[in-house]
Amino acid sequence: MAGIRMTKPWVALSPDSIDALPAQLGVYQIANAANEVTKIGYAGGREAFGIRTALQRELDEGGVSFRAELTHGYMTRFEELLMIHMHDHNALPPGNQDHAQKVGRLMIDGANATPNTEASS
Amino acid sequence: MDLSLSDEQQLIVETVRRFVADEIVPLEADLDPDAGALAPDDFQRLVAKTKEMGFYGLDIPEEFGGPGLDTTTRALMAIEMSQHRAGLYNPCYGTFGGAGLAQLYEATEEQKEKYLYPTLRGEKRGCFALTEPSGGSDPARAIQTRGHEDGDQWVLNGSKLYISGADKADFALVFARTSDDPGRNGVTAFLVDTDTPGFNVRRVVHTLRSTHYATEISFDEMRVSKDQILGELNRGFAIANDRLSRQRIPYAAGCLGAAIKAQEMAIEWAKNRETFGGLLAEKQAVQWMIVDNEIDIRHARYCILEAAQKADRGERFRTEAAMAKLVASEASGRVVDRAMQIHGGLGMTKDLPLERWYRELRIRRVGEGPSEVQRLIMAREILGGSFK
Repeated sequence: MAGIRMTKPWVALSPDSIDALPAQLGVYQIANAANEVTKIGYAGGREAFGIRTALQRELDEGGVSFRAELTHGYMTRFEELLMIHMHDHNALPPGNQDHAQKVGRLMIDGANATPNTEASS
Repeated sequence: MDLSLSDEQQLIVETVRRFVADEIVPLEADLDPDAGALAPDDFQRLVAKTKEMGFYGLDIPEEFGGPGLDTTTRALMAIEMSQHRAGLYNPCYGTFGGAGLAQLYEATEEQKEKYLYPTLRGEKRGCFALTEPSGGSDPARAIQTRGHEDGDQWVLNGSKLYISGADKADFALVFARTSDDPGRNGVTAFLVDTDTPGFNVRRVVHTLRSTHYATEISFDEMRVSKDQILGELNRGFAIANDRLSRQRIPYAAGCLGAAIKAQEMAIEWAKNRETFGGLLAEKQAVQWMIVDNEIDIRHARYCILEAAQKADRGERFRTEAAMAKLVASEASGRVVDRAMQIHGGLGMTKDLPLERWYRELRIRRVGEGPSEVQRLIMAREILGGSFK
């Protein structure tokens, strides 16, 4: 079994699409107009209205579309999504360049990522 | 048994208690409730403080530069260090330093140069790869990872489950079956660089411990030279087992720390929260929960200190360590559960650390050997003879 990719369809980021979400904890991806992931984020226990608050902030910062998962394990799922992105692109999304922790190495579909690349480099 | 602390122990306990209260808890107010790390500059600042206090690298043996604490003092510190939100699995966020894999102190000088010293300098990370999908409670018999000799190399095939940090580690201590002996005498420990072809991190394993994942790894025709064997061929399980026994005392002490803090919070809340025309603390139902908490806490503390004192006297402490681990992990779970009940709705929220301790303490009843295995260890020791 490999890291589980987030494969849901992209949804346009708008006040309406955000309002349609429950105020829960979770993880999300933000994409640009070409559906390229520009940021991976999470809505943790400090967000006033969970994933709604986090996505509203992304909308304010110019995010175009999103897809999200609701989960109490938002920290580990967030790290897993970073690992998968690192595997696929050999780099973190532009919006995660300041991620302070080392991102782990994961074998997906029988192929390893570049080993132990420092996230911030 | 004398449970009083020496003047030096008292001073150390008070110093660590102040460190947690003044340095760690205030930072947690701004961190995510499930956070597992401090901001890098905070981390470095606090590491400088623990170094200045002479407490950095607590578990490093004195001959390798550690502070040379006895087991009792180390347990007392562990009780204090876990008294914050992340304290169970990440006491003081690692600002007291790590010791690396304890087994490396038994390595050859060449192996120490390659793995131990860089670990102590913070340049390399290791992971401990023992448990397999076939089982973790009886690892000696469950290990199905096989090694076969091929010239001057060993070729390993198999998989490991619930391995912490394998995805970020530079090397792994891997246990594999290297003879036809189905038990503990056929297992060898190998030091493996994680960039060795065939070493694969196959997936992230999510658990109740939402801030930290485990991994599943596999070895596919992974070639390891003979000088990567740690200790003796077919004697690797003794190396693994040594760690399992020694870890139990600080592991138990960490559980107790969370319970002590939860009890403090429950008492404070009960003395201030009014309901049905009076304070919670006036209700017998709440009083009894607080008393039951105190009984659990004192029972666990006694068991931990008894095990630690026996270890310090150089006496056999296998039964006592198993008892401490069992009692502390189970009692602390009950204490936190009662503290949540006393807090009512607030106790269920991420506003308080109780819900995180509740989830993580559930894991502690399984980690480092489940309660049932601790009972098995004690039964063997108590019954002796052919039951060993």
